[in-house]
Amino acid sequence: MLLYILKRVFQGFITVWFIATATFFAMHNVPGDPLTNDRAMTETTRANLEAKYGLDEPVSTQYLIFLRNLARGDFGISFVQENREVNDIIREHFPVSAILGVLSVVFAATGGVLFGALTALYRNRLPDYLIMFLVILGISVPSFVVAALSQLSLVSLNTLLGFTVLPVAGWGTVMHMLMPALVLGLSTMAYLTRLMRSSMLEVTSSDYVRTAKSKGVPPTRIFTRHQLRNAILPVVTVLGPAIAAITTGGFVVELVFAIPGLGRYFVEAVQQLDYTVIMGTTVFYGAFLVFMVILVDVVYGFVDPRVSLDA
Amino acid sequence: MSGPSFNSQSVDDGFLRSAGGQLAKFAVYALTGFALLIYLLSVLAGEASSIASGNAIDFQANAITIALREEPPQLDANRATDASSNVVLAHVMEGLLGYDIDAQLVPGVAERHEIREEGATFWLREDALWSDGVQVTARDFVFSWKRVVDPETASQYAFILYPIKNAEAINRGELPVSALGVRARSERILEVDFERPTPYFDKLVAYLTYFPVREDFFKSTNGRYGADADMLLYNGAYVLTDWVHGSTMTWVKNSQYWNRENKGFLDEIRIGYITQDINAKLNLFKDGQIVDTHLLSPMLPTAMEQRWQIDRSMDGAVFFLEFNHRDDRITQNKNFRRALQLAQDPNELVYKVLKEPSYLPGVSLFPAWLSGVSESFQKEYPPVQHQVNVEKAREHLELARQELGLESFPPLMMLAGDTPIGLLSAEYYQQLFRKHLGLEFRIDVQIFKQRLEKMRQGDFDIVLSGWGPDYNDVLTFGDLFSSWNLQNRGRYSNQEMDALIRTAQSELDVHKRMDAFGEIQRLLYEDVVILPMYERGFSFVVDPRLKGFRRRSVGPEVDYNYAYVEELSDLTIDLQ
Repeated sequence: MLLYILKRVFQGFITVWFIATATFFAMHNVPGDPLTNDRAMTETTRANLEAKYGLDEPVSTQYLIFLRNLARGDFGISFVQENREVNDIIREHFPVSAILGVLSVVFAATGGVLFGALTALYRNRLPDYLIMFLVILGISVPSFVVAALSQLSLVSLNTLLGFTVLPVAGWGTVMHMLMPALVLGLSTMAYLTRLMRSSMLEVTSSDYVRTAKSKGVPPTRIFTRHQLRNAILPVVTVLGPAIAAITTGGFVVELVFAIPGLGRYFVEAVQQLDYTVIMGTTVFYGAFLVFMVILVDVVYGFVDPRVSLDA
Repeated sequence: MSGPSFNSQSVDDGFLRSAGGQLAKFAVYALTGFALLIYLLSVLAGEASSIASGNAIDFQANAITIALREEPPQLDANRATDASSNVVLAHVMEGLLGYDIDAQLVPGVAERHEIREEGATFWLREDALWSDGVQVTARDFVFSWKRVVDPETASQYAFILYPIKNAEAINRGELPVSALGVRARSERILEVDFERPTPYFDKLVAYLTYFPVREDFFKSTNGRYGADADMLLYNGAYVLTDWVHGSTMTWVKNSQYWNRENKGFLDEIRIGYITQDINAKLNLFKDGQIVDTHLLSPMLPTAMEQRWQIDRSMDGAVFFLEFNHRDDRITQNKNFRRALQLAQDPNELVYKVLKEPSYLPGVSLFPAWLSGVSESFQKEYPPVQHQVNVEKAREHLELARQELGLESFPPLMMLAGDTPIGLLSAEYYQQLFRKHLGLEFRIDVQIFKQRLEKMRQGDFDIVLSGWGPDYNDVLTFGDLFSSWNLQNRGRYSNQEMDALIRTAQSELDVHKRMDAFGEIQRLLYEDVVILPMYERGFSFVVDPRLKGFRRRSVGPEVDYNYAYVEELSDLTIDLQ
């Protein structure tokens, strides 16, 4: 068990190193650099700025310096937010994304499992058709449309009722979180519903359910112990990556609802070619994703009796 | 699998009911759990961030809530380059001169000044104070300006101080910082020596790079000057009391400000939201959470449905097609450029393609809002009347082909930004030049910084470019195409142009100076240096209870310095 985890962690480090290296060189090959600005700079100013940020060194040297600092967990100072350390940016803004992400995942997972089980139970009947129709919508409509529409309907609702039911945008209270979390979790919920449905159907026609039925096990027990527990396994598998994806992919939602999350900094850094922030957020997100995948594999060992981690 | 077994239906029904009940129970648990989680998160989040609350106008607190487009990278005026920093600094800082509500230059920290051929003197007012109560002195300006030109600071706006003696040489590292032509003759008298006569120096000192910085405070911040609300000293109408990065900011009326009778009427301005999403801002405005927002043309029908009062303003910037004048480019051929000029029509672009009602068709590099001697520059010096003439355009193209010794023209590169308006314009020109002249243009779409880098390297034939003003003088546009201007990305070089720009920079006689700009305008058209596309404008809406709010062409894009709130007068007046 311990050996397995150690092995996975080691693999994880290799993966993160690979992500960092690929990003580093891709970033340096894009035309322009963080110092490019619409007011042209004199050669002296540029040279001074390059010296200040170490951009005057050859890329290979910069890479080695980056690796050395990475080992110390130091990503340096942002080029754009000139007085802020990348570590501070991550520390201040990741919790916001994380809170939003956790809320959306909880929302998506409970909704997905419930609706998935429901559609499987009522297969080819009205609830099934209705929910599956909404699921297709949820998967195919992009989040910026959903976000904008939901915000617009909030405005209409608030205007109609004459008081603020839920705030339209901003961050701070739970009321601010509900709508963005709902929107952010929607496509994952739709995806999980579909997954849960197919896995429920598979389990329902399995031998052990039929055996249980023929033994005269009470239906409630069959449903919870045999069907749900087995059907939920694939959902748990995708949950880890889903948490990472939701937490890192909230850019559009963060923008529309004016939420100070890390996703916004991540995307803006790429647009601004803010080297240090690009590297910091990419490595951080990469490590986070790898960690979630490992975590799920370990959890799987507990949930699924067929999986043994000692092998 | 085919066909149900004889009595499975009733068994399944029973199963369904019981399983359904089970599911319902789960749903109730889930909801309860969800509510609990939300409560937990609210407790957690309550400490982590401040609450962006309050409606657009809070009469009791005499406060308004606004949204900012972007988080200011930092608020060090000496080094700021972006629009958001400009907005914040224009409310919390003041230079030697400032702008009044009608964008006219008025005294700021300096109560009077004198500009001579070889230099300028500013007399500072006694009651101009920093937010900690200490007097703003001439030494604060000397410290600030020396810091800007110091190569160590690497300020990207150092060039705006180049009219000061030795500034450029210091910035290049050729002279020590102490050689800068500025000194404090006393606490309240600031003297400046010019590198060359600079009749527009009064307009320059209103720009934020020229704002004062107090040395002892600066040193106490240990290199974090301008990074946070408490890392800055204020001398404007407001002070920044609270800054949650990426989220909220609060500006509070500055009790030490000398001109508080006439500027800074609100007790508090809250920046409740920072977002670039213009739809989100419209929704916030609709919901009564912010006092103003600007609109794009697709939003106008919504605005009209709501019966809002829609205003327009020019944002100051001019957009144009810039040719690459380097020797190895086809676009260095004047007949070729003339052909493109004769084939295009900015009116068609603005009225039929872009359809932004606040935009003006481009007629000159010098926008309509710039002033000349006594009234609008365009009125005093009308631009060349442009006539579309496709016949003549084709003749010039044929001449160009012969001069260049080409069989036919190869495809050319048109560099454009990735904004919707940029793309639309590029596509318009692409099909226009294909239809009228049979020329093939490839559109090279690049995000902002990549486009700038390609412009710098000269990797284009034509680029969709633009320029926004730094200060309120024709020269802010006028020197763009001098051979020494780094901003001249197409490397246009013409001795006649250079001579005219030298005159425009240094001529003290205002008529002769404006004549030079008139000549520059003519030369830009006749030598086809650029093709003006449009002057950008904004449609915007403001809460009717907010008065004195301005959108600016020069300086901060939004200005709340003179804003105040007023209850709407009740229209059902009692006639008894």
